[in-house]
Amino acid sequence: MKGEIRLTNSSTGGPMFVYVKDGKIVRLTPMDLDETDPEGWTIEAHGRTFKPPRKTTIQMYTAGQKSMIYSDRRLLYPMKRVDFDPNGERNIQNRGISGYERISWEEAADIIVSEVNRIKREVGPGGIMSTPSSHHLWGNVGYRHSTYFRFMNLMGFTYADHNPDSWEGWHWGAMHMWGFSWRLGNPEQYNLLEDCLQNSELIVFWSSDPEVNNGIYGGFESHIRRRWMDELGIKMVFIDPFYNHSANMWGMKWFSPKVGTDHAISFAIAYTWLTEGTYDKEYVADHAYGFEEWAEYVLGNGEDGIPKTCEWAEAESGVPACEIRALAREWAKRKTQLAAGGLGGWGGACRATHGIEWTRGMIALATMQGLGKPGSNMYSTTQGVPTDHNFFFPGYADGGISGDCSNSAAGFKFAWRMFDGKTTFPAPVKMNWEAGQHIPRLKIPECLMNGKFEWYGKGFCGATIEAQMHPYQYPAPGYGSIKMYWKYGGPHIGTMTATNRYAKMYHSETLEFVLSQSIWNEGEVMFADVIIPACTNFERWDISEFGNCSGYIPDNFAQTNFRVISFQQKCIEPLGESKSDYDIYAYLSKKFGIYDIFTEGKDEMAWIEQYYNATDCPTLMSFEDFCKKGYLVVPYNPEGVPKTAFRWFAENRVRDTPDWGPAPNQTVGLKGLQTTTGKIEFISTSLSRFEAQGFVDEYRPAMHKYVPAWESWHAEVAKKYPLGMLSPHPRFSFHTMGDAKDSFMLDIKDHRVLVDGWYYWIIRMNTVDAEARGIKDGDLVRAFNDRGSVILCAQVGERVQPGTVHSYESCAEYAPLGKPGHSADRGGCVNILTPDRYMSKYACGMAPNSAQIEVEKWDGGIYEIY
Amino acid sequence: MKQWYLTMDVRWCHDCNNCFMGCKDEHVGNDWPGYTGSQPRHGHRWVNVLRRERGRYARNDYRFLTLTCQHCENAACEAAGNGAVYRREDGIVMIDPEKAKGRRDLVDSCPYGTIYYNEELDVPQKCTMCAHLLDDPDWTPGLPRCVHNCPTECLKAYYVEPEEMQKIIEEEGLEVYRPELGANPHVFYKNLGMFTKNFAWGGILIGGDCFEGGKVDLVQDGNVIASQETNFFGDYRFDKLDDGKYTINIEAGGFKKSFDIEIAGKSLNLDYLDMDK
Repeated sequence: MKGEIRLTNSSTGGPMFVYVKDGKIVRLTPMDLDETDPEGWTIEAHGRTFKPPRKTTIQMYTAGQKSMIYSDRRLLYPMKRVDFDPNGERNIQNRGISGYERISWEEAADIIVSEVNRIKREVGPGGIMSTPSSHHLWGNVGYRHSTYFRFMNLMGFTYADHNPDSWEGWHWGAMHMWGFSWRLGNPEQYNLLEDCLQNSELIVFWSSDPEVNNGIYGGFESHIRRRWMDELGIKMVFIDPFYNHSANMWGMKWFSPKVGTDHAISFAIAYTWLTEGTYDKEYVADHAYGFEEWAEYVLGNGEDGIPKTCEWAEAESGVPACEIRALAREWAKRKTQLAAGGLGGWGGACRATHGIEWTRGMIALATMQGLGKPGSNMYSTTQGVPTDHNFFFPGYADGGISGDCSNSAAGFKFAWRMFDGKTTFPAPVKMNWEAGQHIPRLKIPECLMNGKFEWYGKGFCGATIEAQMHPYQYPAPGYGSIKMYWKYGGPHIGTMTATNRYAKMYHSETLEFVLSQSIWNEGEVMFADVIIPACTNFERWDISEFGNCSGYIPDNFAQTNFRVISFQQKCIEPLGESKSDYDIYAYLSKKFGIYDIFTEGKDEMAWIEQYYNATDCPTLMSFEDFCKKGYLVVPYNPEGVPKTAFRWFAENRVRDTPDWGPAPNQTVGLKGLQTTTGKIEFISTSLSRFEAQGFVDEYRPAMHKYVPAWESWHAEVAKKYPLGMLSPHPRFSFHTMGDAKDSFMLDIKDHRVLVDGWYYWIIRMNTVDAEARGIKDGDLVRAFNDRGSVILCAQVGERVQPGTVHSYESCAEYAPLGKPGHSADRGGCVNILTPDRYMSKYACGMAPNSAQIEVEKWDGGIYEIY
Repeated sequence: MKQWYLTMDVRWCHDCNNCFMGCKDEHVGNDWPGYTGSQPRHGHRWVNVLRRERGRYARNDYRFLTLTCQHCENAACEAAGNGAVYRREDGIVMIDPEKAKGRRDLVDSCPYGTIYYNEELDVPQKCTMCAHLLDDPDWTPGLPRCVHNCPTECLKAYYVEPEEMQKIIEEEGLEVYRPELGANPHVFYKNLGMFTKNFAWGGILIGGDCFEGGKVDLVQDGNVIASQETNFFGDYRFDKLDDGKYTINIEAGGFKKSFDIEIAGKSLNLDYLDMDK
């Protein structure tokens, strides 16, 4: 290791040590804590003492991250499309087709500044649309909520609002049953590890694969905790159309409902408890609203007259009635944690047409078994660690150097600690506030191509339960239409729905200028007129905490066994002419005349120091020592261990967890949930009011009901396209990060398969379905429906039941075989096949896990359509 | 003399590939003079995660086995190498990157298939157990990269006297993969039968409902070799079964049933059996 130095950095998959030699990264490793780092927590349960290992864990895309830093898909120079002339022919029709030529930063900046200024003078700043990917490379100062918003807010733009794509059903459904709007409908998870180890006997993982996603950003921190649960004899059952990796490791049983029918099973469990009298009647009487009427509906005395028996659920879902009944009975007998989704909330079933009713079904079941009583909770095993919650260190969503209280959580605490209002100032939103101009990310193509669009709810609607019912229109009254798209990163074709739309959109004549700011040439970067190269977080300075994004996932540092705060060191110089986002914006801001306001005379390091001093870190370590050591571990502090989630609710007390809500004005005397009744609402009062106002939504009734999925085996479209496709978040890449780009992950057998020189994305199908179609394991197949075609490699086996296929979303590579947007993609963007329809009339979320498709052996055709 | 050994527990591998990534991170783009030249960016699997699917929906599983150079005491590559392959005193088998130049034949010499050919460097290559790191006192983790990266601790490395390793093997029930090759590897596996052998997995019903607490005996050649009680799903599951003929006897709720099964290279989903019909 001669000549190597050990630096620190961090990532979406955990913090790491970085060994560097001669300006080159040699290796990235997990971090072993040393004797100078503080002691961690312990939990006593059943006569045993549990203590986490003194080492951090990393995800595979972090373990292979070096290959993304050194990749031939890195953009190293500013580039211009060869036939794009901002002062002459723009050749919009050739976007995605014609190639690029290298230009200087000076030339790129001149084009950008003159286009932005021209459009601002023509229609105002509303004519410039921008949006980044959901996930930036890690680092709180360089993150999109921070540097990007600081600059964009000062320049002026229309933000394409992100839909809550990992929450959907919780956001649009669960929120109307129990509130938690500040978590977008997900439940709090405080101190549930101890509760689970001490009190629980059974965990039902429902649409939950914690070995894969570990919550989010949490490395593999939670694996060891499930190991303890297993050692204590806690049984684990999995419900997921896909035989997921956690089910394979832990499951005593796997239920595989047909895609879109999870809620049939939850209704049948409720039916069993109602008919056998095995639910917590006292608790329900005290804590639920509308339960009696709902119970009548479940029993078959409602308008549909259907008793929701286990036999009925078997017919709907394909899961044997006897197994549903056995689970219901065991659940009623045992202290049970319901792991709905992988985070505590989330789960693929929430990203589907039945997501609204699935999430409400989960809450209904947890409520019927005394949610919040010892051992009986909603816990996904990925959070709830007893670290010090009093120690303040923000997550990336807390706004960083933007102080943007509208589009980040800066207003909760951090902005007031970061900016003194005398020498340093935030860059607040002027346009993307509630009554400003908006575009929903899922409908960017409709807005641009049709010039008009109407919808409900702006992005993540976390302020109140009612916020998501607010109507919006594009263009907003008085605002100009979009003429320019400043795209940060390139993933939409691999991450949104019916994504041929996004490719077609680029040929819209109304879109006069497309700028792509990206690290890699991937996805839809190929449609830009001008490309500017950003660098990775290994080529700049930053600061962050392991697993802590905060914002709509408050206190999620409790995913990690130790709170590790990293100085993200600049390990190497930016490759080629790439620059950090901060340096790009600083450079451009000079030309825009806003340099002093944007930078306040500071470079990245000066902002990091200001940031550090706005946290609780200086109470433990000086900034100088922090920079020298490279990281800081927050010591165990018994005072900072939070009280147990929902215990306060179960015991009718004022909330004593550190959760961010409900806000005092949304409670009566600080008691109860955020709902109007303060209770868990089986008939939602917020939706009832909305219905009374005329907004009746057949796919989101006020009462939690069995609403069959609109695209599933029930639907007419299933006659033509009989296979229900599940497309969950991927395992071996973090969304598009880590996929393609000539990365090491290409070689992972279950990620992509090399056939004739091309790494194909995988589709998993049952042996029965494959045989019926003459498909063998390893064959190249065409997956298709009316929305398009994707060429994939078939993995034939038993991971899905017959009738279901599985292929991860978030492919980074878009490689149309013919005309972009009109031909088969062999990059693997199965999102092309998913519906662009909103979850329901007024629930404007996506339902990618509701796609009916057909699969056949690929004949080599390019399948150009319309 | 202390020796290096690797162990892998099949029970705790879920194919995360952190071992494989760690290996690539260490060796792609990095030369370790005297140990090995750099690994090609794609194609080599010095850590090869093998996958085996067992059973049929919805009583099925996937098991994995990480196959590296087995660092055999009786190494076929060493015998074939004529000095190009050697065993260090600490048990690590090394391909000499200079002497092995052009020795494409060494790829086929390994009965485990763990040697790869580097076309660019014109040399055979394989897992070195990260010997360049193990030899370096500054490498504080003191472990091969695959082991250090493993988040479930299913991979472990030991630097112990052979006698001590023998104790660990006995205590942990470790086995050698493909012992019939007689290679005496320095890599040992726990729960190997979960990968190499099979299960018989079924359930019982009475009155159409899953029956808990049924007594299930697995009988071979007239002897009861394993007994189980059915769980609340009515399920029983016998794993790590050798190929052969077995009888399953079930007693539950006053009903008795008996049937024969044969394991022949495949795991069996025996479905639900109605005890009262």
